Amino acid sequence: MKNQNASLFQKDLVNEALKQSFIKLNPRVLFRNPVMFTVEIGTFVMFAVCIWILSGNTTQGSFGYNFVIFLILLLTLLFANFAEAIAEARGKAQANSLRKTREETPAKLVTDNKPGFGVATQSVMSAQMKKGDVFICEAGDNIPTDGEIIEGLATIDESAITGESAPVIREAGGDKSSVTGGTKVLSDKIKVMVSTAPGESFLDKMIALVEGASRQKTPNEIALTILLAGFTLVFVIVCMTLKPFADYSNTPITISAFISLFVCLIPTTIGGLLSAIGIAGMDRALRANVITKSGKAVETAGDIDVLLLDKTGTITIGNRKATHFHTAKGVTDNHFIKNAVLSSIADETPEGKSILELANASPSTYQLNDPKFIKFTAETRSSGVDFEDTRIRKGAFDSIRNLVTQAGNQFPSEIDERVKMISNNGGTPLVVSENERVLGVIELQDIIKPGISERFERLRKMGVKTVMVTGDNPLTAKFIAEKAGVDDFIAEAKPEDKMNYIKREQEGGKLVAMMGDGTNDAPALAQADVGVAMNSGTQAAKEAGNMVDLDNDPTKLIEIVEIGKQLLMTRGTLTTFSIANDVAKYFAIIPALFIASIPALQGLNIMGLNSPQSAILSAVIFNAVIIPFLIPLALKGVAYKPIGASALLRRNLFIYGLGGILVPFVGIKVIDLVVSIWI
Amino acid sequence: MNTEILGVIAMYAITILMAIPFGKYIAKVYAGEKTLLDPVFNPIENLFFRISSIDRKVEMNWKQHMVALLTINFVWFLLGMFVLMNQGWLPLNPDGNPGQSADLAFNTSISFVVNCNLQHYSGESGVSYLSQLFLMFLHFVSAGTGMAAAVVLFIALKEKTAEKLGNFYNLMVVSCTRILLPASILVATILAFNGMPMTFEGKDSIITMQGDTVGVSTGPVAAFIAIKHLGTNGGGFYGANSAHPLENPNYLTNMVEMFSQMIIPLAMIFSLGYFLKRKKMAWMIFGVMTVGFLVLCVPTIIWEVQGNPALAQMGVDMGAGAMEGKETRIGSAASGFWSIATTVISTGSVNAMHDSSMPLSGMMQMLSMMTNAFYGGCGAGILNFFIFIILAVFISGLMVGRTPEFLGKKIEGREMKIAMIVALLHPLLILAGTALAAAFPAITSANLNNPGFHGFSEMLYEYTSSAANNGSGFEGLGDNNPWWNITTGFVLILSRFIPIIGPVAIAGLLAKKKYIPESAGTLRTDSATFGMMVLAVIVIITALSFFPSLTLGPIAEYFSMR
Repeated sequence: MKNQNASLFQKDLVNEALKQSFIKLNPRVLFRNPVMFTVEIGTFVMFAVCIWILSGNTTQGSFGYNFVIFLILLLTLLFANFAEAIAEARGKAQANSLRKTREETPAKLVTDNKPGFGVATQSVMSAQMKKGDVFICEAGDNIPTDGEIIEGLATIDESAITGESAPVIREAGGDKSSVTGGTKVLSDKIKVMVSTAPGESFLDKMIALVEGASRQKTPNEIALTILLAGFTLVFVIVCMTLKPFADYSNTPITISAFISLFVCLIPTTIGGLLSAIGIAGMDRALRANVITKSGKAVETAGDIDVLLLDKTGTITIGNRKATHFHTAKGVTDNHFIKNAVLSSIADETPEGKSILELANASPSTYQLNDPKFIKFTAETRSSGVDFEDTRIRKGAFDSIRNLVTQAGNQFPSEIDERVKMISNNGGTPLVVSENERVLGVIELQDIIKPGISERFERLRKMGVKTVMVTGDNPLTAKFIAEKAGVDDFIAEAKPEDKMNYIKREQEGGKLVAMMGDGTNDAPALAQADVGVAMNSGTQAAKEAGNMVDLDNDPTKLIEIVEIGKQLLMTRGTLTTFSIANDVAKYFAIIPALFIASIPALQGLNIMGLNSPQSAILSAVIFNAVIIPFLIPLALKGVAYKPIGASALLRRNLFIYGLGGILVPFVGIKVIDLVVSIWI
Repeated sequence: MNTEILGVIAMYAITILMAIPFGKYIAKVYAGEKTLLDPVFNPIENLFFRISSIDRKVEMNWKQHMVALLTINFVWFLLGMFVLMNQGWLPLNPDGNPGQSADLAFNTSISFVVNCNLQHYSGESGVSYLSQLFLMFLHFVSAGTGMAAAVVLFIALKEKTAEKLGNFYNLMVVSCTRILLPASILVATILAFNGMPMTFEGKDSIITMQGDTVGVSTGPVAAFIAIKHLGTNGGGFYGANSAHPLENPNYLTNMVEMFSQMIIPLAMIFSLGYFLKRKKMAWMIFGVMTVGFLVLCVPTIIWEVQGNPALAQMGVDMGAGAMEGKETRIGSAASGFWSIATTVISTGSVNAMHDSSMPLSGMMQMLSMMTNAFYGGCGAGILNFFIFIILAVFISGLMVGRTPEFLGKKIEGREMKIAMIVALLHPLLILAGTALAAAFPAITSANLNNPGFHGFSEMLYEYTSSAANNGSGFEGLGDNNPWWNITTGFVLILSRFIPIIGPVAIAGLLAKKKYIPESAGTLRTDSATFGMMVLAVIVIITALSFFPSLTLGPIAEYFSMR
């Protein structure tokens, strides 16, 4: 799926884009782009001039010359349309290949609404399924459409979506309950409720976004369009007033010369590439396996000031593992370990499992009579089991301490010491109690991902503050935060802590991005300026965020920020380039306009262009061909370098500003040398 | 020749050195801090406010500011029309000058209200002393208006999030009483001691060497000339402006007048730094403006000092430079310098005839007004420059991968729309005005002193000067007739008030927005790099809009002269 190495111009995409380039000539479509729309008007005028000449007019020069100008203007329009079309085609192709995987899969629709798997089913095609329908998938089945598991657990191969070959486990309840259409069940059985109506999945929305029908201009695009429309208007004024000026100095100027001057001066380069740049931004996000719900989200990502990152999976590898049992005084090691295992039997978290591993025990080691398992909640921050009259609890230091002291018991001082020591070493202590008496503490350790601190350094240079969110106690959190190089951390984070942190930063004017998967993340995802939901997450989380990450990769946020910055930079640099081009175009066309009647102005012809006609032609040709030359840049985006804003501005100003002044001097001169062979 | 150049450098350097402490004083005045002049002016100001029953402590939002500004300007305009049309029978008219025609009074009144002072009359015969006094009043208040508007911008940029931006009347009155008035008294005293008339006596008469009796116009000249320059007004007492011996008697008065017209625009830049506590920002603005100024000024001085090649070929000695249309007591270097200073700053007073400048010098003078962003008039300069900052912030913000922001406020569609309208207006008025004039040669060409390229330059210059609220003239143009009076009158109104309302509106909108703290990703807007960007935006916008018209005027003339 990750075909990042695919060439920019695949043959079938180019064919489709070529077709679209002509369809997009429709003035009603082009009207949305004021710069190119005025070029179209100019093209129509040139067409009329050609007909005028054919019908006997002699003041406007030869038919051939005028017709060539007309053709070049038409080509300019087609090039601009092609840029947009190829960007659309690429996005659509990418999205379609994702969508194809889920088309027309047979599904086992549940017809009677009973729990369990022994229910009647009926085979229907996936396209006929409605939101709220329930279906069953067994080993070997393709999942027909997006949904949420309501019963069961299964290993699923998501490589069709993520490109990741390792199977993942999805199960009912909790934060990993979503399945995606097109993925395959490898083992076990699940019962899934359809979560989106056909044609309304995120992928469908994304495709619609790329296709343009529902693509709305982002605030920044609007502001830039105003700037470009302003520049276009300046040149409308310049060209219209030039007519009386020229008449005053007895210098007749042909219509083709006026139109050429006008088209060359208005910012056609950026005007032609603007929408392609926007679409390409979404394409790039999609290529990174991120589905965006709006173009604005990508743009906002470039502005992010604060990044909330979950510790687990982002900063540390996978999960913490139990590394030590520290027994309290007066308790035997065996008793402590037994109870630690009992408290973790029903604990499906990797930490829970690692405790069993360390104790070398399995859930069946101990038999219990009528056990009542207490699930972990973010509020109690402990879990455990009740059986007979024994209450075993395992949880964070302070929650167990509350439990113990409320029952009137002493919290042993050596365990207190031990907890602090573990925390200071970056570990996580889990205290185990039996009937409100402390038995000991389990030490869990984190492993920080290699290379992650370099990424944080890069983010810091971009001006992005990183915040680690963790359920760990402040000491552990601080240790890991320092080791990984994040700027801030939220320890012992409850869902509302995230929310409050986001709100506080936003009140200070910052833009905040976060990633989440659970239903309890949903409010924070909605509150964040950029909320990225993991595809494996719950439906609620996916609805709340404005992006969905198909890879479930928490480090993706960093990539998303860079994609957003690239998008804005590409707009800025091409605008600069486009406007800087005008300097050379002036020096090509202005002398050409007046030389016939004011020979002294030959002094302005600093490029030494061959003749007025070849000078104008060269400028118009340069203006047209620069668009396809820049399409790859528009699609790939200008590379972002985290070297500080001023240095970046200097760099881009040098390349695209100075380059924008110099390149057309060379380009126009070269084209003139070629063109003057014929005229 | 070296002495002449040294004189120019000294004049410029002294002004800059004095502008820094003066800027600090201005910032203090607007911040309402204690100054030495409090005991003198507090009672006077309080008297004004009591009579007009204005509470200077009531703060206004940007819209209320603009309503106040427009209303009071309209009242002044009507008063001006009345005085000018009826000066014939009103008191203080010892020379018995007649009332002005309606179209001339319209043009005169507007052009003094808007700080432009395009004078389509000659002071000696066109106005009475009462009119001169009223015009002097307008000299003060039009400068005060511009400065007050600029300070609204300062306040908007200073506050993190604010709706109320001070009281307009208070800002305007303190601009006049605390800044313009004391400086004017000082300058007028120096000028009077250097032989400038200061009297209400009416015409004097002398007997020339030939034995003829000649009437010499006098009047309250020294007071008038001081504020004419301090307020960057430029409207002269005499028709020949500061080229007239009684309006600019010697090299020293020339220096003082030069100093007076540059000091407030320069000091306003530094006061912005002190007021916002962003001195680096002030230096960035100063740097950009100075580079722009020097690029315009240095070649002009060189061309003027070199003299006219066409005349040199005829065997005329060009040792003193191109002296046609210049005063020998001032010389070519100081005249060249003045011609750029007066056009860059929107003064528009002249000490030599710009019509006689070398073609490319004429182009530089026009470019100074076409850019209209280097130093600029009292207050108006900073407001104009602010538009270019917004445009530069927008483009460069994108170039560093952030949606653009200035001083912690996001620049979005609405701000861009306003900035673009203001930026567009200037070329529109100049080019459309000139195009109209060029399209009706039957009406306009009769007024031109010269045919061909130079005649075209004369028309272009007139509209440029109006649109830049400058007021200088190429002076080859016979401009006192309905066509020029009325068309330039409208250009004046639009080009004064829209470029004031626009930036203040943007600032008001920005002030209301949420403040975004700076981070490492934020583009610093007080750096040299950003300054370069602003300069590029200014140069490209003006060069791009005016290149074709300049080609047909001064550039064509230059190439034909070689």
